[in-house]
This record gives sequence, structure tokens and C-alpha cells, in this order.
Amino acid sequence: MAYTEEELKKELETKEYEYGFYTDIKSDTFPNGLNEEIVIAISKKKEEPEWMTLWRLEAFKIWKEMEEPEWANVHYTKPDFQAISYYSAPVKADPNKSLDDVDPELLEMYKKLGISVDEQKKLQNVAVDIVMDSVSVATTFKKTLAEKGIIFCSISEAIKEHPELVKKYLGSVVPQKDNFYAALNSAVFSDGSFCYIPKGVRCPMELSTYFRINQAGTGQFERTLVIADEDSYVSYLEGCTAPSRDENQLHAAVVELIALDDAEIKYSTVQNWFPGNKEGKGGVYNFVTKRGLCEKNAKISWTQVETGSAVTWKYPSCILKGDNSIGEFYSIAVTNNYQQADTGTKMIHLGKNTRSTIISKGISAGKSQNSYRGLVQISSRADNARNFSQCDSLLMGNECGAHTFPYIEVKNKTAQIEHEATTSKIGEDQIFYCNQRGIDTEKAIALIVNGFSKEVLNKLPMEFAVEAQKLLEISLEGSVG
Amino acid sequence: MLKIENLHASVEDKEILRGINLEVKAGEVHAIMGPNGSGKSTLASVIAGKEEFEVTEGSVQLEGEDLEETSPEERAHKGVFLSFQYPVEIPGVSVTNFMKTAINESRKARGLEDMPAKDMLKLIREKSEMLEIDRKFLSRSLNQGFSGGEKKRNEIFQMAMLEPKLAILDETDSGLDIDALRIVANGVNKLKSKDNAVIVITHYQRLLDYIVPDFVHVLHNGKIVKSGGKELALELEEKGYDWLKQETAV
Repeated sequence: MAYTEEELKKELETKEYEYGFYTDIKSDTFPNGLNEEIVIAISKKKEEPEWMTLWRLEAFKIWKEMEEPEWANVHYTKPDFQAISYYSAPVKADPNKSLDDVDPELLEMYKKLGISVDEQKKLQNVAVDIVMDSVSVATTFKKTLAEKGIIFCSISEAIKEHPELVKKYLGSVVPQKDNFYAALNSAVFSDGSFCYIPKGVRCPMELSTYFRINQAGTGQFERTLVIADEDSYVSYLEGCTAPSRDENQLHAAVVELIALDDAEIKYSTVQNWFPGNKEGKGGVYNFVTKRGLCEKNAKISWTQVETGSAVTWKYPSCILKGDNSIGEFYSIAVTNNYQQADTGTKMIHLGKNTRSTIISKGISAGKSQNSYRGLVQISSRADNARNFSQCDSLLMGNECGAHTFPYIEVKNKTAQIEHEATTSKIGEDQIFYCNQRGIDTEKAIALIVNGFSKEVLNKLPMEFAVEAQKLLEISLEGSVG
Repeated sequence: MLKIENLHASVEDKEILRGINLEVKAGEVHAIMGPNGSGKSTLASVIAGKEEFEVTEGSVQLEGEDLEETSPEERAHKGVFLSFQYPVEIPGVSVTNFMKTAINESRKARGLEDMPAKDMLKLIREKSEMLEIDRKFLSRSLNQGFSGGEKKRNEIFQMAMLEPKLAILDETDSGLDIDALRIVANGVNKLKSKDNAVIVITHYQRLLDYIVPDFVHVLHNGKIVKSGGKELALELEEKGYDWLKQETAV
């Protein structure tokens, strides 16, 4: 295969979004627009108790007073929040039915995405709570989990069945007023997952949720709440692919993690929302708030592989409140064509002897812009806090950008902070070396990118690592200059 | 095996090879010597198909087939191997992983399934022992933090793994101490057979004490100015290149 920049560019242009298709399912969709009536209607539709309706209304009130943030290194047309429908549910779905009752078209779609529920059930030791648009349509492995006292269900179900837990923890890490998108999400969140691991229990399987955006023009507002009680452990996986759409789709999720004393939560994400076409038209706006709270001796690890979305604004963070708690952030962010990503983390050290690690790998190709933005904050009480940050950027071609914005705020002189950063470019010599060994250019890029991302890929659970590697290859095929 | 006829090649409109003629038959070892800038490495790159170099005239044939339209990876699949003078680093990709990918890509091109892991491990063990390579070395990132000698030994390890028909060793001896040189040369000698051929590019006679060439060619200003048997290398060692330059100038 010849290898000039021009030819490669041409080849890259012909790469279509691999998961771009649309499943035609009759939906129960609200009219466009957002006001108190819509918020109340969503709550009513989900048969929520009054306290939940009030909580949503409070959030809506706060949101109305807020302004969309503009500090991120991204440029896009702001969504018209009155032109979005805030609720859409596949009408035939019913979480209580067995798989046989699920709309065959839905199952067909999962098959296209390579995640058939049957397969998941049989092959993987993974309990899957699939969210499509807004309502959970299938839940498996529930029985096994119930035996250990683990609760894993949709957030709507949790609001009804476990109100004491939801009331106590919802908004405790990401309050309604936290930021513009978090406030919006708090008002209109449609569904999401809830997980509770009781004291001393080690969750025996990886918990997994797949999110899809399906209905045209429907914003998706997921809400996830994971609570690991004292001395418990859970590994949670979240992965998404989305059908391709012309208009921009808004995705504003909130994820809250609570790790009580001696607990550990591993939260892994593979994000592959539609990134827009090669001219930068369409694509998902991904404005996500993810934050975890660590009590004494607790540990939270965020691992993310971000390959999709037109615009990403996302900072999975850890509040290290308890003494000896640990926060980790491992990230691979890939941008191609006109994608823009502003992503990173915040490590807030409050407790003594708290430790945090940040490994961020940014890969930019095409005309994309990829920014790392991170904050390491050591409070005055946090004696002997330690942080290690490493931010590496890999560039392909001459038209993309990589940016690093590391903020460090230290108020305690016993702190130890290390920051390392590198920027490199895939070179023609590297490609030729691989070619000479019989490896074609596409495969060579995949190899080099996987090598670059290895430290983060290694942090993913096995079955996810394979999918993530494949995604990296799909996202970057042919993009070198 | 390899037939080069009146080969002219240039980079950025600067002509480097100015009419090379060379025939290498199966079972032969050819040495190409010559002063710096004479075009030795360019010749190696052109045979391997590096796109940076433009072939303006003449041809390179492998087993009777013109390689002009053949990509570097296809040439590799056909059995061309280049031991690089400056091997590149690929962070995060282990030597083992790299070899596995290379071997399976070549197999795929020949319509074969991936090599079973068991066979791969056996092959790796066998070849690393032959080249006295510590197994720990194989899980390190390709060429990253390798010493000059380790890089070169790794090149020959790859050659051993891929079992090429035509191996071109571009200054494999530079950066090697005498023990490493012996190990590398022994490796090359063990890989030699009546079915394959080796082209050794070197500045010095030293390597040729171990890998004994059937023919020695001297490259100067992009042309082969003198060819002979192995004794030509000794003569060059003794007299340097100047006498040849003078001779050809006449």
C-alpha cells in the first residue's frame, strides 16, 4: 500500500461511522421544550414519589438561573434547550418481562452492535442492565446478585424500591447546583443505573451497562448512582455506541460514586457516541459530570476510553475526603476529523495521607482538538498527600491540536506532587519499519497507538480491553501524516 | 533471487543511485562496502521499497518479478528483510507482540491462519537461544532504551523469526562489541542456506571475518566501481577507499 499523506487522507475520509444505523421503534415521546410542566410530567410518567418530583423542580429552578459554561477549549453551537424533547421511551419495553417479550427490533439492534443480550448472558460473567433511550429493557443476573444483597437496577426502580438509599445519596456528591449540565440532568434525568453493594461484600462479577441514543432529537440524561458500603468492592463497566444522526444530540449524564470506609469502586467507560461526519456535521455533545467520594481508606479508580462524540466535556473526579483514601484516573481520549475533547480529572485531597494518580493519553488526528484539563488540589488539612500525574499526547498529521491545562493548588507543605508530560508524533520512520516487517500502515498505526495507550488499556477489565482496542483502531484507521 | 539493472534513484530531486547493476543468487553472500555517502543505505531502502526514494530509471527484480509497484509490506511478505542501521523505537509494543504481529501479517498475506501460540512460543524460544537473548528482553518495548548492541541483536532476532529469502544487513556491525559481533554473525551464518541470500552492508572488514562473502562490491558516488572476491575487502582495509576514488576518477 502506498503511503503518502494525500492518499491516507483520502482513505480516512471514506471511513464511515461503523455503528451508524437507526432502528425504527415506535416511541412515546414528549413534545419539545422544557418547563415545570414537563419536569412534573417526566416524574409522573416514571411514577415517582413526591419528594423526587420536588427534588427535580428544585433543580429546574436552579438551572433556569444558570448559564452554560464557556471556559472549556471547545467551540460549538449551543443547543437550543427548548428544541429538545426530554422524554422518550420505547413503548413496548417493560423491565419485568423476560427477554422473549422484548421487541425483536431492539434485540436485532443489539446484535448489530455485537452485544446481544443472549450472548452476554451466556458468554460473559457480566450482569447487563441495558438502557436504550430512557427505559431499561432487560435486566439479567439479578438473582445471583440479590443472593449477596447487591442491588443493581434502574434508577427509576431504585427511587420506588429503595427510597432511603436514593434520598440519602442522590446529589450528595454532585449537587443539583454543581454546574449547568448537572442541574439540567437533575431536573430531567430519564433513567440510568443504580447499584448498592452491602457491607463486606465483594461483587462477584463486573457490572455492566450499555447506553444507546436512539430516538431522533431526544436528549439523553442518564443518572447513575453507585454506593459501595463499608469494606465492599465493585467493578462497574459502561460502554456506548450510538446510531448516526444528522442533528446534534445532547448527552448530559451525571454519575455519582460513593465509596464508604475501606470500600473500592472501579468504574470503566468506553465511550463511542457518534462523532459527527468527516465535515464535522452532526455528532453527540457529551457534557458529563462524574464524581466520586472516598471515605476513610477507600479507593476509586476511573478508567475511560473516549473515542466518540463531536464535543466532549468530561472530568471524572475524586474527592479524597477520608484519610488514606486513593483516587485514580486513567484515560485515553481519541479525537479525529473535527472532534473536540476537553477532558481530564479533579483530585481533591482533603484527608491525610491521601494519594492520587493521573495517567492521561490524548491522541489527536485529522483537524481535531484534544485538551487535557486537570486539577490537583491539596487542602491545608491533607498532610502527606501525594499525587503523580502523567499526560502524554500523540499527534497524527499537521492539522490537529493537543493541549494540556494542568492546575495544581497546594495548601499543605508536606505534599508531594509530580507532573510529567510528553508530546510525540507518529513518524514515517516508525511506519516504514513496521511495513518492512510485513505490517501494513493501518495495522502499524493500530499497533503504535495501542502501545502508546497500553498503561491505560491494561487497567480495563479483560473483555472491555479487547473492545476498547478495536475502538481505537476503528477511530484512527489510516490517519497518519 | 535479486536482479538490479541500471538502477537510478533520487530523493527530493537529488540523484543518489546512478546506475547500479547487481545480481545476487540463492545461497550467496554479497558484501557492499564504500565510503560515507556513497549510497549504500539508499540502495538498501530502495530494495525494501521506501517511498521517500523515487526510482527514476532501471529496475529491481525479485525472483524474476519486477518490484516497482510492490509496497514495502508486500516485499516483506515475499521474503525481503532489512536489518535497519537505526532501528526505530515503538513505546509500549513488546518485541514479542511486534514479532507476533509481523509473522501473522505475513501468514495472512499467504492465506494462512495465525500461528498457534504454542508454535510461536517454541519459535521464540529457539531463536532467542540461538542469539543468546535473555527472554526478559523480549517483553521490553521495541528498541526503547536498548543499547546500540541490543538494537542490532534484536534486528537479527527478527530476521531469525521471519526467515527471509533475501536479508539485507545495513551496518549491523556498527555499535557491536566483539562478543556481540560474534553472536550476531553466528546467527546469520546459521540462518544461511542454499535457498536464501544475504547482502551485508558495512564500512569495515571486521564483520566479514565472521560472515564470509562470496562477492565484495565497492559503491562510490551511487555506482558499483569495483567488484571482487572476499580478498577485495582485505585490500580495502589495508589501503582505504582513496586509491579507488582516484582509480575511478581516471
